[in-house]
Amino acid sequence: MLRLERVSKRFGELIAVNELSLSVAAGSISAIIGPNGAGKSTLFNMVSGIYRPSAGEIFFEDARIDVWPTHRIAAAGIARTFQNIRLFSFMAAIDNVLAGEDSHLHARLWDSLLHTPRQRREEKAARERARELLRFVGLEGVAETYARNLPYGSQRRLEIARALASRPKLLLLDEPAAGMNPREKGELADLVAAIRERGITVLLIEHDMGLVMRVSDEITVLDYGERIARGTPAEIRNDPRVIAAYLGTAVA
Amino acid sequence: MIYAYFLIAIAVVVVAQRLPDKRAKRALFLALGIALLCAPLFDRNDATFNVLADAGIFVLLALGLNIVVGFAGLLDLGYAAFFAIGAYTYAMMASPQFNLHLPFWLLLFLAAAFASAFGIILGAPTLRLRGDYLAIVTLGFGEIVPQIFQNLTKYTGGPNGIGALDFPSFFGRSFGQSTIPYYYVVLALIALALFFAYNLRDSRLGRAWMAIREDELAARHMGINTTAVKLAAFALGASFSGLAGVVFAAKLSLVSPDLFQFQVSVLIVSMLVLGGMGNIPGVVVGALVLVLVNNVVLPQANTIAASAGLHVDFGNYHFFIYGAILVGIMLFRPEGLLPSRQRKEELHHAAA
Ligand SMILES: Nc1ncnc2c1ncn2[C@@H]1O[C@H](COP(=O)(O)OP(=O)(O)O)[C@@H](O)[C@H]1O
Ligand SMILES: [Mg+2]
Repeated sequence: MLRLERVSKRFGELIAVNELSLSVAAGSISAIIGPNGAGKSTLFNMVSGIYRPSAGEIFFEDARIDVWPTHRIAAAGIARTFQNIRLFSFMAAIDNVLAGEDSHLHARLWDSLLHTPRQRREEKAARERARELLRFVGLEGVAETYARNLPYGSQRRLEIARALASRPKLLLLDEPAAGMNPREKGELADLVAAIRERGITVLLIEHDMGLVMRVSDEITVLDYGERIARGTPAEIRNDPRVIAAYLGTAVA
Repeated sequence: MIYAYFLIAIAVVVVAQRLPDKRAKRALFLALGIALLCAPLFDRNDATFNVLADAGIFVLLALGLNIVVGFAGLLDLGYAAFFAIGAYTYAMMASPQFNLHLPFWLLLFLAAAFASAFGIILGAPTLRLRGDYLAIVTLGFGEIVPQIFQNLTKYTGGPNGIGALDFPSFFGRSFGQSTIPYYYVVLALIALALFFAYNLRDSRLGRAWMAIREDELAARHMGINTTAVKLAAFALGASFSGLAGVVFAAKLSLVSPDLFQFQVSVLIVSMLVLGGMGNIPGVVVGALVLVLVNNVVLPQANTIAASAGLHVDFGNYHFFIYGAILVGIMLFRPEGLLPSRQRKEELHHAAA
């Protein structure tokens, strides 16, 4: 579904991602792990179109997307969350989700100006879907609360709901468990599994090994922008290079 | 007497904003609308309606600029350019200048269309800019447009502008010298502008504007076409200004480049800041307050000063006075007199 071919990203002298090749199978949950600064977020930024790769190519469902504008990549079915939450802070939770639906709405300028029957119908249906998504991530009670005023864990879940609203085929989650307590992490693991049940492929960056091992079908380990290992959770857990480079005593 | 109009209008808007019940709110606005429609039946003072029509023109301008700055968060310091384009559209096509005498009503449409086209032309190169940079570039456009009108002497009459514009007519009856017909036209245009502004705010487009205002990059990631959405803001905002320009030119029966200088853009931005950026009733109040100060209070202050034997022209100090008002607002109520919930919270958080 997603394929990276020898993708590199340089920032001046720094090589953040170095000739990385990677493929993500449709319907899977894959994780990318690695120490801070390994280039994980940079990778997401290239897939979602914030950064252009310095070299290499990125394909999504066989279309070459690394030359597309960001909103087109989003409309093609790639949605994401951000390591540092980037919600629309002073918009109600439900409006955040509705903004995520934008590329699936048909209202034109005239519809917005005149509130045509078509616009009203569409808006009503969109609102219903947004409520359903808020329910799905467990935020049904706070639809009218400003994103900014939600607790941290809820903000992370709202970001996921907003991303889902764009009806992605591939969802990129950048450290979704950061700042969550153990109970919230457990709920997140269930949520990620439920997202896959909906037929959405998930690619996630995460530091919490318990979570990664529990949900992932496949794990890729990055270090200094290069792939140093790839395999199932069991394989990764026992890979000596991984233990040396990254996991250390944490998993042993 | 003129004070009564302003104060009642401001009071109604302020009270309506505080009413939680939507129906009561509507009823109040409806009552205000009817009162304003009936006013000329009881009050035959042409000068009053001249001031009120001017106030209405600025309300239109404030509502238009609010779409660009308040809704979409694109700081535009050259908004008077579109006002000029609207005014010159009327001046060039309904005057002896080219012996074109197109009807006022048609020119309203044409001017709105021209202004939005220029909104897109001027907006397109600024799409990548934000904040300070956008402000500087739009400021430049605001300076260039009157300069062009000033220098294209052959077509625009240069610094003297174009005079003897046609009186509009309504079903064959000329507006003549009376200001009351303009007052009615302005009321109708404000009603239309309010209808559009509220609809836009509560629509797909309004939500997209809010999103790019909050976080443009995230908005792009949600699949929002930020280019299209920004251009729509520039075009729609400019169209209100084009309409206002036509009425302004027709009522004055004259246009000249100095009517559309930078001060006008600053004045309109000040109205938004004073009233409450992004909040429709807020910017209406902001416009009314500044027009009241500018067109009523200051001239009266002159008269009073003159009768006391002083020769000051308070008109020369209007920038000083706006400045003082704005500094006061920034210190004591940075969200404006009548802010939206959003803006209020934003400034609270910023302060915290
Ligand atoms: N926009 C940028 N400009 C310069 N350097 C950057 C930029 N983005 C990321 N980097 C650098 O690239 C490296 C990888 O960063 P990142 O992808 O955020 O790591 P990770 O998400 O794996 O912790 C880091 O050294 C970081 O400082
Ligand atoms: Mg990162």
